[in-house]
Amino acid sequence: MTAEATKPMIGRAIKRREDPKLITGHGNFLDDVKLTGMAHAAVLRSPYAHARIRSIDTSKAAALPGVIAVYVGKDMMDVNPLPCAWPAGGFKNNLNTPRALAVDVVRYVGDGVAVVVAEDRYIARDAIDLIDVDYEPLAVVVDPEKATHPGAPQLHENAPNNVVVEWSAGNRDGTNAAVASAPVVVKERIVNQRLMPTPMETRGSIARYESSTNEFTLWTSSQAPHVHRLLLTAFIFGIPETKLRVIAPNVGGGFGQKIFVYPDMVFCMWAARKLGRPIKYVEDRSENFKASSHGRDHVTDVEIAGTRDGKITGLRIKTYAGLGAYLSTIAPGVATTLYGRIVTGVYKIPNVHIDVIATYTNTAMVDAYRGAGRPEASYLIERMVDRFAAELGMDPTEVRRRNFIPPTEFPYDNGLGLLPYDSGNYAPALDKALATINYTQLRAEQAALRAQGRYLGIGISSYVEICGVAPTAWANGQGWGAGLWESANVRIHLTGQVVVTTGSLPHGQGVETTFAQIVADELGVPYENVLIEHSDTAGTPFGYGTYGSRSLAVGGTAMVKSARKIKEKVKRLAAHLLEANPADIEFADGKAFVKGSPDKAKTLGEIALYASVGASMPNGEEPFLDETTYYDPPNCTFPFGTHISIVEVFPETGAVEVKRYVAVDDVGNIINPLIVHGQLHGGIAQGMAQALYENAVYDDNGQLISGTLMDYAVPNAAMLPDYEISHTVTPSPVNPLGVKGAGEAGTIGSAQCIMNAVIDALSPFGVRHMQMPATPEKIWQITHK
Amino acid sequence: MIPAAFKYVKASSVAEALVLMQQHGEDAKLIAGGHSLLPAMKLRLSQPSVLIDIAGVADLKGIANKGNQLVIGAGETYHAIATSAVVKQACGVMASTCGDIGDIQVRNAGTIGGSLAHADPAADLTAVFLALGGSVTAQSASGSRAIGADALFVSMLTTALDAGEIITAINVPVLQRGQGAAYAKLKHPASRYAIVGVAAMVSMSGGSVTSARVAVTGAGPQAERQAACEAALVGSNGDATAVKAAADKAGTSMDYLGDIHASEDYRRAMVKVYAARALSAAIAQARA
Repeated sequence: MTAEATKPMIGRAIKRREDPKLITGHGNFLDDVKLTGMAHAAVLRSPYAHARIRSIDTSKAAALPGVIAVYVGKDMMDVNPLPCAWPAGGFKNNLNTPRALAVDVVRYVGDGVAVVVAEDRYIARDAIDLIDVDYEPLAVVVDPEKATHPGAPQLHENAPNNVVVEWSAGNRDGTNAAVASAPVVVKERIVNQRLMPTPMETRGSIARYESSTNEFTLWTSSQAPHVHRLLLTAFIFGIPETKLRVIAPNVGGGFGQKIFVYPDMVFCMWAARKLGRPIKYVEDRSENFKASSHGRDHVTDVEIAGTRDGKITGLRIKTYAGLGAYLSTIAPGVATTLYGRIVTGVYKIPNVHIDVIATYTNTAMVDAYRGAGRPEASYLIERMVDRFAAELGMDPTEVRRRNFIPPTEFPYDNGLGLLPYDSGNYAPALDKALATINYTQLRAEQAALRAQGRYLGIGISSYVEICGVAPTAWANGQGWGAGLWESANVRIHLTGQVVVTTGSLPHGQGVETTFAQIVADELGVPYENVLIEHSDTAGTPFGYGTYGSRSLAVGGTAMVKSARKIKEKVKRLAAHLLEANPADIEFADGKAFVKGSPDKAKTLGEIALYASVGASMPNGEEPFLDETTYYDPPNCTFPFGTHISIVEVFPETGAVEVKRYVAVDDVGNIINPLIVHGQLHGGIAQGMAQALYENAVYDDNGQLISGTLMDYAVPNAAMLPDYEISHTVTPSPVNPLGVKGAGEAGTIGSAQCIMNAVIDALSPFGVRHMQMPATPEKIWQITHK
Repeated sequence: MIPAAFKYVKASSVAEALVLMQQHGEDAKLIAGGHSLLPAMKLRLSQPSVLIDIAGVADLKGIANKGNQLVIGAGETYHAIATSAVVKQACGVMASTCGDIGDIQVRNAGTIGGSLAHADPAADLTAVFLALGGSVTAQSASGSRAIGADALFVSMLTTALDAGEIITAINVPVLQRGQGAAYAKLKHPASRYAIVGVAAMVSMSGGSVTSARVAVTGAGPQAERQAACEAALVGSNGDATAVKAAADKAGTSMDYLGDIHASEDYRRAMVKVYAARALSAAIAQARA
């Protein structure tokens, strides 16, 4: 390492260090992992959404040459069902989670019934067709509200009316009174449709068992390797945690889907132990759609109450949240805490109350999907604020302004059981977005075009969200069953190279680059000298993983703190070498020196060499520079912003053209603008996809109609606009980096931005609300009534 | 999404492909680009026991302007057709249609012969081929014959090709002065196939339309000519009123399909909208 001053890395839009490998085909994704002696698993999945299994005959499959074994659910009763780690408040005592394979009853199309292990994947797949299952079909319910109706099919004996959670927040009596007495009340039913996360790389597991030591190794495409290790050992297999090593290879996107434990992890480990061979299972796209987690699926009745001059006085909400046939790892908390506690958004609303009724339905499990609860909340409040403005005949920007939480009121308690919003200043983001599109002139243009029979719409979304959920003590109060801190170890080797290990990890978002930038600056070393090691439970400290836009705010802060501890030690050692008092030593630009004498400095490299050899450590100091931090933040962070879209709707066909998309996002301090913009682009695309294209549809028999990419409309680049992105910067006081998080903001801000624009465009047709996605046919139906 | 086991053989000529087809009989399928066949095989909706690969067959390549006819080898890819100067000059609608099929990967592999032989109800080229009134050259062990566009498509995914026949070339007219052809498409948001696609070819003389051929794809179980629409346009001056009147007759006597993206009613309405667009564009070209 040289002693020369390095340019600050924080704030620089450098390209991602992960990319050269990943985009030239040299990555190592799960399906690239091949082990000696590896056998391949395929799963027979239920074609019925609800059926009793009368019998299973696996004899023909077992007899197929190349088949090693065929297992059914009853073979695997020696391991526990999957755990649910977030039984939120209001949780009924009916925790129904999946087993490795279904036993006796299947409850959704795609529920695993049998697994074949064979010499290759083709034989395994062929054998699936040779298994005879005698099913007795049962009645099916797929709608989260209808599931609670009297006489609805019951999924689990211990869950009357299919209810998992009855949860509420806010002030019920005050809200009822506010709604009853308000001069203006607008009521709406708002559906937040089911979505499929669709990471480019599907999920899967490869398990190896070493019988001489009873040790498992599991490779899985994961956002949380340490959590997977904990849940699989302590909760499912009942073995010591140390008997499993979990490795996440390169992860090709997750969007939440790869946080959770899945049956394939269990049956691969179980079969690997049984057969003494490594077992590989990688789901195909059809299986990813059918059997990995989905997102959203809310049906909500909402009333917004206020005065004629645009003051919102009350908000009353009742939401039915579909959680699928069983509980996924953190599903109940997503539908409650991450949603219900932020439904007032950026507004100061004196009376608010929300009921959430979460239910079992004969569908794939629903869990956190990019934004996880907050997109549902911001969609709801931003649609209703527009609805309220339309009712009053008031400009939607004016209603927003009149109800924004004033900047003087931070930290702000919204009355819904969150810790106070950390910091915020909402009007400047709105103002900046309005100035960017020249709002006043745009409204005039809109009026002029309407006179010519052209339908322009302007959609506004002012959002706030919750990132880096913490502290652990608060989360535990929400039913979260573990920690929400993150770990980082920083050490400086003899050559001056910096090695960081962390329980957090990149899963496509580029955080390895961001981490290296902040550590380089903190220690004053070249960025290239910082190595970030992650994704393997062997060699990284325990940590909770990457989700909830927490990686930088929580994991990054842990690194900063470890680096600062190292600097303290460096100062003590420098004081010894310079024969000075430690209190008189300063550290800057990678050098330690006596205050006022920077020319007589010890570089970090010199100190690292000295400490690594450790031949003459002073005063009981240990050799080596090596510090670890387990950082539990004092609060969540609350990014915010305003998005504005301009759309044109063509009545002849119902087509929507997004003409402009302007986003002003305040994610606190920005470490790497290129990565933040990339995250916002992708996030906005996913919200826009929900507004215009994507819809996971089950028919009344529980068949997944949108079960292929020929039916589920993930937009391609040509279907999306350019994004005009800018920022306001309100540093978070929660962490020393002042960062808030950017992974989900785009998604949380965008769906309602597009829908508000489409509905604005259609307002001459009398439209006040329509459900997503705003497909051409739905719009055509409106324009041709 | 793992296909059932199959044998794979590669033909180096049409003659060899025909021999292989005879050898393997009904269990064999020809494969060129594979963009329709492989997805069906991966879902096990199709389980041929033998694939005869004709993607590299040189006899199936070649694009030539023969004066009145543009002859395109059945093995030419969409990309090759979309970017061919010969095609653009002779029959621009073929190039522009091929340039908007699927995505780059699909266009690099998918072939015109494969598309017409598969007769997917939502394919683009079926309608364009019908509107142009082209023909295919079909070769079998016993010789070759021409099958006219109007005779080629029998029903959903079914053509008039015999079991032992291969399409070797596609013949479409070279558009002359006074002629125009266009294709207008409403894309399926997931598959980018046509929810509704309308192709039109018109000939004009002395300011009036002397002939018109219009075909619809995507909306129903197979690509179909629109006789009432054509008849309404012939003899008119091709102005906006005439186009509207003709387009309103499109899709009036055909079967429709519906799905979660577009109902039968919506497709019925869009056939008229896209017929008007295709006709307007074709007429503008004929007048140019």
